[in-house]
Amino acid sequence: MSNPSPNEIPHLLVHEEADNVGVVVVEGLTAGTDMLCCITHDNSTFRLTAKHDVPIGHKVALKDLTSGDTATKYGEDIGKIIADIGEGEHVHTHNCKTKRW
Amino acid sequence: MTQLSNMTVMGFRRENGRVGVRNHVLLLPVDDISNAACEAVANNVKGTMAIPHAYGRLQFGEDLDVHFRTIIGTGANPNVHSVVVIGIEPGWTKRIADGIRETGKEVAEFSIEQKGDFETIRAASWAAKDFVHKATEVQREECSINELWISTKCGESDTTTGLGSCPTVGNMYDKMLPEGITGFFGETSEITGAEHICQKRAINEEVGERWYKMWKAYQDDVIFAHQTDDLSDSQPTKGNIEGGLTTIEEKALGNLEKIGRTSQYIDILEPAEAPKSGKGLYFMDSSSAAAECVTLMAAGGAVIHTFPTGQGNVVGNPIVPVIKITANPRTVRTMGEHVDVDVSGILRREQTIDEAGDALIEMIRRTANGRNTAAEALGHREFSMTKLYRSA
Repeated sequence: MSNPSPNEIPHLLVHEEADNVGVVVVEGLTAGTDMLCCITHDNSTFRLTAKHDVPIGHKVALKDLTSGDTATKYGEDIGKIIADIGEGEHVHTHNCKTKRW
Repeated sequence: MTQLSNMTVMGFRRENGRVGVRNHVLLLPVDDISNAACEAVANNVKGTMAIPHAYGRLQFGEDLDVHFRTIIGTGANPNVHSVVVIGIEPGWTKRIADGIRETGKEVAEFSIEQKGDFETIRAASWAAKDFVHKATEVQREECSINELWISTKCGESDTTTGLGSCPTVGNMYDKMLPEGITGFFGETSEITGAEHICQKRAINEEVGERWYKMWKAYQDDVIFAHQTDDLSDSQPTKGNIEGGLTTIEEKALGNLEKIGRTSQYIDILEPAEAPKSGKGLYFMDSSSAAAECVTLMAAGGAVIHTFPTGQGNVVGNPIVPVIKITANPRTVRTMGEHVDVDVSGILRREQTIDEAGDALIEMIRRTANGRNTAAEALGHREFSMTKLYRSA
């Protein structure tokens, strides 16, 4: 882990170390992009390859997730994974659902 | 930045000591059928504003209480100089006029029955004109920025609100609440998924327990009583989902970023209720729909509203300037005319939350001094009454 270079803006932001999803923060992200990822809590960085075209604001799995797993963001439970998701793939309503209501 | 405790704004000191940042003369209908007379008077007398709305007849019980609190609170707000109240009959008209008079400001009341619209409009126009002459002679005076009552509610949220614009508001509260401002947050349904965190942000266990009971009652009495599905088309909204939010839990955790890291709420308010426990942060039991929530908080006495948005909610309010904050660079690019504070630098890691909070405080200062917000310039005056159940 290292600090981001001053010239490169991150593609993906992650709230907490414990999270298993991150948020795309650039427009027009395409599959195959070697994303600079930044954990906002401590500004540490890592790299991850995007497996899908993902719109700005949408989430990407930081590791392989299995149906039944819990999606974690802000270090908190944000819902259940309802289909297997590979690392770098798009996470949204088609594969993640509320545990409430 | 300048020490907050020394920061002043040029505001309007009202009869009851409160500080306003606008100087409206209002035409306030008691009920839906008095809207036309109010709008006619506003057309006759320039410098006034009518606030038409949809209700006020045959309401009863708690629903009627919310109606009265909302109308009276709107007229009583320090952003309002004086009020002409018009209703169909004198009884409820007087109740609202007297409620506003408790602030010490000037109120004139008119009722339509046995006179008709023409005679009512004629008499009310004379009163409104008199108020405009008086209001336009009132001078702004120096007030501490910490005398402001500042509310927050976010709208058309996406994942960037939780990363950028909501923490910006939270940073502002963490800095300004200790200086003595009064704050409001709410959106009862939208804490679902973060209720365990919200309960702990109460000043003490007793307040936290009362908060949890209020939140749980909404879940049981409204959501579970009326739901036909898992609310996945309503909460999150279609706009939220387009912006990348997947579940209510995710939305709630982002929402709660608006109260920062250290701020604690000191009490819980009914919809449109004014704070009664001194300076500090209050949770108002309120809808998460933007116009309804901002209307209730304005009626509770907030004079400036801070509104984080992701996908670009365009809401405004008739009497309270609504400051829009966004961290979403696409929204800045496509909807720039609605944005007052651009904090998209947070996503690029070019701006810290601390810097963004300072930028918001600076915009609050400028707005209090008279700068029109984007919503004011664009004529957004959404005024939406909260309705608890069907009228009789």
